[in-house]
Amino acid sequence: MLEIKGLKVKLEDEDKQILKGVDLTVEAGKVHAIMGPNGSGKSTLSYVLSGRDGYEVTEGAASLDGEDLLEMEPEERAAEGLFLAFQYPVEIPGVSNMTFLRTAVNAQRKARDEEELSAADFLKDIRAKAKTLKIDADMLKRPVNMGFSGGEKKRNEILQMAMLEPKMCILDETDSGLDVDAMKLVSEGVNALRSEGRGFLVITHYQRLLDHIKPDVVHIMADGRIVKTGGPELALEVEENGYADILAEVA
Amino acid sequence: MGLLDVKQEATEARLSGVTLPESGAWLATARADALARVKTMGLPHARDEYWKYTRPGTLTQADAPEAALYDTDEAPIFDGIERLNVVFVDGVFSAEESDDLTGEGLSIERLADIAQNDIHWAKELYGVLETKGQTPVQRPLAALNTALATDGVVIRVSGEVSKPVNLSYRHRDTTSDAALHHVVKLEEGAKVTLLENGPGAARFNQVLEVEVADKAEFHHVRAQGRDHERRNVTHIFARLGTESVFKSFTVTVNGVLTRNEAVLELTGDDAVAHVAGACVGDGEFHHDDTVFVTHNAVNCESRQVFKKVLRNGATGVFQGKILVQPDAQKTDGYQISQSLLLDDDSQFLAKPELEIYADDVACSHGSTSGAIDEEGLFYLRARGIPKDIATDLMTLAFLAEAVEEIESDELSDAIISRLESWLERRRG
Repeated sequence: MLEIKGLKVKLEDEDKQILKGVDLTVEAGKVHAIMGPNGSGKSTLSYVLSGRDGYEVTEGAASLDGEDLLEMEPEERAAEGLFLAFQYPVEIPGVSNMTFLRTAVNAQRKARDEEELSAADFLKDIRAKAKTLKIDADMLKRPVNMGFSGGEKKRNEILQMAMLEPKMCILDETDSGLDVDAMKLVSEGVNALRSEGRGFLVITHYQRLLDHIKPDVVHIMADGRIVKTGGPELALEVEENGYADILAEVA
Repeated sequence: MGLLDVKQEATEARLSGVTLPESGAWLATARADALARVKTMGLPHARDEYWKYTRPGTLTQADAPEAALYDTDEAPIFDGIERLNVVFVDGVFSAEESDDLTGEGLSIERLADIAQNDIHWAKELYGVLETKGQTPVQRPLAALNTALATDGVVIRVSGEVSKPVNLSYRHRDTTSDAALHHVVKLEEGAKVTLLENGPGAARFNQVLEVEVADKAEFHHVRAQGRDHERRNVTHIFARLGTESVFKSFTVTVNGVLTRNEAVLELTGDDAVAHVAGACVGDGEFHHDDTVFVTHNAVNCESRQVFKKVLRNGATGVFQGKILVQPDAQKTDGYQISQSLLLDDDSQFLAKPELEIYADDVACSHGSTSGAIDEEGLFYLRARGIPKDIATDLMTLAFLAEAVEEIESDELSDAIISRLESWLERRRG
């Protein structure tokens, strides 16, 4: 599904190489986790895949179901089925959450030549999905992420994911800023979306999120490369011994 | 030659061929006084401090520059709202296109009809609030209007008027040069909403004088749109009594030159004055909001909220002042002007001012100018919203804060939907 080959990325304005050749394949129906120390390039990978400005791909490729992602605008990637749950969801004053989501859902449908969702169908859908994430009507009416707590912002990300039904979901440090209860709620939301046709790439610094969202494959990233790949036990190893041992072992 | 001499000379030249319209005693005096004021002050000049950001030349020159008509099948903005419609075509009242000018708690007369009277109650306001508003800052184009306007409405409100009065302007002559002068008097406890829409003429000079008596409430919603090449200069002069409310909102789209001045004086305790504006300009667009609020009584509140979205070389101007007189204790004054610049060619020039002589007041002001929030834009795009739609969504959100100053949901919805369709048309 998601295929990344020899991806090298530098900052656009600075002579600083962040990704130094990343190879990664996420199959449909699988959950891959990327762990790694701060500054290893995990978040950069998520931004480059979703099309954020400020990065320059110097080598390599990334595709979703065979379609070259790197050539597309961010909105085209989204319509192709790529979704990034932001580490820091952005506050947008004046745009209601509801308007935002409805515009997004219908823009994606339009891009895929599908019929737009009627107001009634949209409302029915969003109310049901919001309820399971404990997002009340007031949160839907409020401007996007404005005045939301850290947990509310992350739940709102998962609500967007549920509404947009992407093929490939990237979760960038979704656990940051979450207390135990919020982490449980968010994880349940993610787990409910796991399906045969959908791939997940879960980026996290800590193992604890992976207690709730069980990965099939765990990668360790360091200094712009994936240095080790294994099963769920790799995450436990990090939890027990930290990154130092693994990094020493692969050095 | 000093600026004053230059101005005097230009003003003499401009007014040499001008004769005052014939009128009855009450108005003849007002007109003659106004013309004398214009001559004393001189017409605005590019070197005037108060006209530093807006070139007055096309507003003061003898003939109106030509302005093409706007071809559209879009219905006028307030068509869906139940209202009393008063129509002016190129500055002349049209009985044929207007509704019957009667309403409960309301008297509406046409200025042209009462002009020949020897005496009329409007004498206490016509040109009077304008004269008051000439200090400390001179507004010669308003005095020129008082001298030369031949049409307009004189409205007296004695009760709560349920239907808004809508002054609808239509522009059908590409070189029309119109001056309209309206007077509105709200008696104690009266309440009315005044709507204005449409381009008045190729060049349009308008004065609106409003007296809001104690406990009266005046709401004003104005839409300036359509014709792109029109030039407007408008003045609102309002005097507010005890516990009265004055709320004015203007939306502007298109227009090569618009200068909207509002001169408000709070003269009774516990009065509230709000003035707000939202504008979107693309290309050859110059929009100037010049506001002067004087607090002359205790415990009054004033708010100025102005938002401008500018692109492709459009220019926005804001000159706003709050003056708090020594006895105006407990004043709550607020002023914000913000612009969203969608490219490097557009500019926003702001001169926010506070002048406070009372010691127990809470006044704040702010002015910002910025580009669209790139983080927000990326967030919307990452959810599949194309860049142009995302930009418009954020543009509308930016303007909404000013539109929300309108109390009536029906009217603010009409404004929002007009802004939406304007943005949509620009997207193509």
